[in-house]
Amino acid sequence: MTAQTHDGAHLAAPRDIDGLRSRALIAGVVGLVGCGLGFVFDRDHFFRSWLIAYLLVLGIALGSMALLMIQHLSGGAWGVFRRVFEASSRTLPLLALMFLPIVLGMGTLYSWTHAEHVAADAILQHKAPYLNVPFFLIRALIYFAGWIGIAWTMSRWSRRQDEGDMSVNKRLQYLAGGGLVFYALASTFAGIDWIMSINPHWFSTLFGFIMVAGHGLSALSFTIVVSTFLSRRAPMENILKPSHFHDLGKLSLAFVMLWAYFNFSQYMLVYAANLAEEIPYFITRISHGWQYVALFLVVFQFIVPFLLLLSRDLKRMPHRLIWVSFALLAVRYIDLFLLVSPEFASTGANLHMVTGAHESHFYVHWLDLAAPLAVGGLWLWMFFTQLAQRPLVAFADPYLREAMESTGGH
Amino acid sequence: MSHAELPAALHGLMAEFETPTALVRAAEQARLAGYREMDAYSPIPIEELNEALGLRRTRLPKLVFLGGVIGGTAGYALQYWSQAMAYPMNIGGRPYHSWPHFIPVTFETTVLGAALACFVGMWALNKLPQPYHPVFNVPEFARASLDRFFLCIESTDPKFDREETARFLAGLHPVGVSEVAP
Repeated sequence: MTAQTHDGAHLAAPRDIDGLRSRALIAGVVGLVGCGLGFVFDRDHFFRSWLIAYLLVLGIALGSMALLMIQHLSGGAWGVFRRVFEASSRTLPLLALMFLPIVLGMGTLYSWTHAEHVAADAILQHKAPYLNVPFFLIRALIYFAGWIGIAWTMSRWSRRQDEGDMSVNKRLQYLAGGGLVFYALASTFAGIDWIMSINPHWFSTLFGFIMVAGHGLSALSFTIVVSTFLSRRAPMENILKPSHFHDLGKLSLAFVMLWAYFNFSQYMLVYAANLAEEIPYFITRISHGWQYVALFLVVFQFIVPFLLLLSRDLKRMPHRLIWVSFALLAVRYIDLFLLVSPEFASTGANLHMVTGAHESHFYVHWLDLAAPLAVGGLWLWMFFTQLAQRPLVAFADPYLREAMESTGGH
Repeated sequence: MSHAELPAALHGLMAEFETPTALVRAAEQARLAGYREMDAYSPIPIEELNEALGLRRTRLPKLVFLGGVIGGTAGYALQYWSQAMAYPMNIGGRPYHSWPHFIPVTFETTVLGAALACFVGMWALNKLPQPYHPVFNVPEFARASLDRFFLCIESTDPKFDREETARFLAGLHPVGVSEVAP
């Protein structure tokens, strides 16, 4: 390697990123104004929409952090994507900040926060030692402290690696091993706290796995989109090879199958058991218009991407793969929409808090466009800010020479 | 047919190389020189070799996909026939055609069909089993499964000429060039 390689200056992010950054910020501010109006005039819908949009970007950041840790453990050719993963995971402090509206909206989102509901419900009383406001907040604090701690430490050690300190290589691997365990546990409990407890009677032991599969799929799709953008510009145009996209495409295919496998397993087990606490979750989602959303997900989060991603040629052509990944990100949002929205009436009220009416008919609210714009815009602004701060390749990575061989060795 | 009367017939000419890089370079040059009927032998898989030899992509993935589709369809049809037509049984009041219950078996038979198609297809496309192959007539070839790399230009190639091809191969800096008896 030349001396120039060692300072990483020629690996700086392309100028276009500044344009994207300001556009993302504008979109975020416009969305935020919409959300502000929603907060004033339609508070119930605001909290629900914000939660859905928030879960999507949180999934990208956490999934990227998990993939980064897997990369540190496995090594190999996909080290060329390390800086994209790192930039995504460094957005976690902003995500902790964006969690505040959810804390503010707890009373709207979660029926178990109301003493009078708990008093009238034997199951909620039984779950009260876990589902109560102080413990909910403490858990959220633990999740974010752990996630941010891992992301921050990995980012710091990665910088030390850039500066030539090779003693961090081994430590990064140890941190990645322990960090993955924490990530999986925290993501499982966060899924239970923030999504599953919207319907506090329902439970599913597969829910954590569904969360993790969703995170992986979101993070891979996002990384493919960003890397395709980078691969058309200096300095990455000569570094990212079809074989690198091939790897991400293969991983996307695996996560599409994983997502389908977990969701189907959950569906089949609930269907087979037919228990009073479990089956309403699916009955809600296969009636009153929601069944078309569910069917849409089966077709467009499994069948179509599965068949498309089987193709070797498609996975090796970034300009085509990017469209599959864009579509997958959109479908991920619809998936989260279906996880949350059917538990609310079209008035925005949590069904588990209204007496009498227990049916939700399909609806979409204008805040379901404003919230993703706000959350997504602000998050992308943070992401591009972070991406521009470091050289785009972790050039001191000991596995990188192999990764950058002509065919992108394996 | 008596062998003594046919001294001229050859399977081809084979060059021996010490490194995978030399083999890939030789294959590329042979292709540039216009040779098409050739094969390379290596103790390790070399990803670049397919391209250097100009091999067309294998049809195996299509066979595997077909095997999977056939296996899955047959698995589902078997369950539908047995549980909804031939021997309908009321289990917990569910419909006879309870498709979610059929999926695990359908999945398994899909994998079975795909795996069988892959196994059988792999043998068939490689024309295996092949008890005799001329390249083993060259004594040096024993090291093809050890530490040496071979390129064989076959006599069926229209450009093949015993003298000139041997000269061409010698120009690629091999360890040696051997004639391969048929």
